[in-house]
Amino acid sequence: MKGKGWERWAAVLMVLPSIILIAIFVYAFIGFTGYVSLTKWASAAPDFTFVGLNNYARILFGAGIETQRFYIDIRNFVGFTSLFLLACLIIGFGLALVLDSRIRGENFFRSVFLLPFAISFIVTGVVWRWLLTPGTPELGATGVNKLFEYIGLGFFKPRWFTDPTVLYIHADAGVGLFLNQIGLKFLTSPTWGISVGTFSIVIAATWQLSGYVMALYLAGLRSIPQELREAARVDGANEYQVVRYIYLPLLTPITLSVVIILSSISLKLYDLTVAMTGVGPGFSTDTLAFNMFETTFKATRFAQGAAIAIILLVLVSILIIPYLRYSLKSETAV
Amino acid sequence: MSTQTQTVEQVITAPIARQKTRIQWARLLLYVIAVVFVAYYLLPIFLLVLTGLKSYNEVNLYEMWNLPRTLSIQSFRDAWFGSPSVAGLGRNFANSLTMAIPATVISAILGMMNGYVLSKWRFPGANIIFPLILFGMFIPYQSILIPLVTTLNAIHLYGSLAGLTFVHVVYGIPVCALIFRNYYATIPNEMIEAARIDGANFFSIFTRIMIPLSAPGIVVVAIWQFTNIWNDFLFAITVTNNPANQPITVALNNLAGSFTVEWNVQFAAALIAAAPTILLYVLLGPFFVRGLMAGSLKG
Repeated sequence: MKGKGWERWAAVLMVLPSIILIAIFVYAFIGFTGYVSLTKWASAAPDFTFVGLNNYARILFGAGIETQRFYIDIRNFVGFTSLFLLACLIIGFGLALVLDSRIRGENFFRSVFLLPFAISFIVTGVVWRWLLTPGTPELGATGVNKLFEYIGLGFFKPRWFTDPTVLYIHADAGVGLFLNQIGLKFLTSPTWGISVGTFSIVIAATWQLSGYVMALYLAGLRSIPQELREAARVDGANEYQVVRYIYLPLLTPITLSVVIILSSISLKLYDLTVAMTGVGPGFSTDTLAFNMFETTFKATRFAQGAAIAIILLVLVSILIIPYLRYSLKSETAV
Repeated sequence: MSTQTQTVEQVITAPIARQKTRIQWARLLLYVIAVVFVAYYLLPIFLLVLTGLKSYNEVNLYEMWNLPRTLSIQSFRDAWFGSPSVAGLGRNFANSLTMAIPATVISAILGMMNGYVLSKWRFPGANIIFPLILFGMFIPYQSILIPLVTTLNAIHLYGSLAGLTFVHVVYGIPVCALIFRNYYATIPNEMIEAARIDGANFFSIFTRIMIPLSAPGIVVVAIWQFTNIWNDFLFAITVTNNPANQPITVALNNLAGSFTVEWNVQFAAALIAAAPTILLYVLLGPFFVRGLMAGSLKG
């Protein structure tokens, strides 16, 4: 609607408070954080001495603990996100298919699957920390390991988040030798591995968010016209083919949304780490977001924390900006 | 006619009789999968309730899964009122309410205003401003925490519940604008055109048409905002340093991180912290799901 002259002004005035707040609290603040990341501020008292990109250089190319921790965080992010996405996509899509096949008690199942989404990461972290506390050989198993004992899987005693092991391709084994020969030797180091501790966080995060993925897929499945499915079946397609050649292609936009949203959630992962494990042995469950908070507010190295925050923002933006553009262009999706 | 139908049915069913039993097995498998996942999703909640109801002398980490021999709500009492080893969460529960309710109400009002203009009025630069607002809901909040603390300090809101409420209102603007924009887009423009012919202006269209039709949108925004604010931890731990002002998520985390607190009390506290949003979800599930869809930009 266009409206008369004054109405246009009224429209602008109505959104102006929000625009000003967002301009300050999002954009000016990001600018300020960017500015802090170029200074020397490393104690409780602000110090705005300009040092250029020194803080970034120290994090990215230094030789100290902060550089090591940064790359461990990146490794954890890659490992965590791959497993987390895989688990959420498979469980979410699988459960959506189950619920879409006209089973009885659909409402009950759907409500239960989505329930964890209503709960905070802190509660999730507290419960799963106890569930995945392995117990000790002397006193016996606790948590889910105890359940494994009950069902005869007592030999399976994962140490969950207390395990400092990092899984990676060893240079002296088959695949490692091959990588070595084709000049990809760098892949055969713990830097390109996955820490076992990550699995525990994946289990808890999947518990919390796979129902959300299920809900998105279910909404997508419900929007596929019934005629299309029937037409395919009349043409002789079996269930697998219907899923493979009709559902999956039509649900690609949802898969894309899920991948982007869950990846950005894993980049920002903080609460769950705090409540469940902290940084873990050898930073095995550390995240960039957690690192930023500790560096800034615990160690009061504000400039360095700001630099980590800006790196984090850049990584999230790489995911989100194309997604926003894509969603807003196809207006129906918004 | 009927005999004909029968024969047709017989013709169809005879060759696929074997297939039919296979389909029944497949359906059974569906139920098995569903039940297994019900167990996965409810197991932690089951453990929370189970442990919360045990008396202290029955709480043993190695007998975590045993059913309680006698029921006791001592854990809940200690988690709520406190005991010699722990400060109770009752106060923090109240803090969370005092913060989340006003923040939700203000968010909804701002959301209606923004949604109305963004969905029904064209103003210069709207196509640029809307994505810029939306981006605000995806940023990692770590990238604004340092200036946030400095600013709140400067305007004397740091450490207070009022400050935290304000923060939630500000960072809730994008998602509320989005939900209301999508919701108002479903109100037909013809209705507004008709009202204009009858002499309605910018404000009267808002107050007489949009607001009275807003109930479903308000419920969605209210649930979404309340849940997010109640569950927030990052802003709470950054903005409120004084335990007397901390919301329940921070208090729960402190309590769970303390080695002197029995884990049954931790579980009771976790259940108390989760109860309001679980209750909202159970009572108003469908609206909850709609907010969820908006959260992924799919109105």
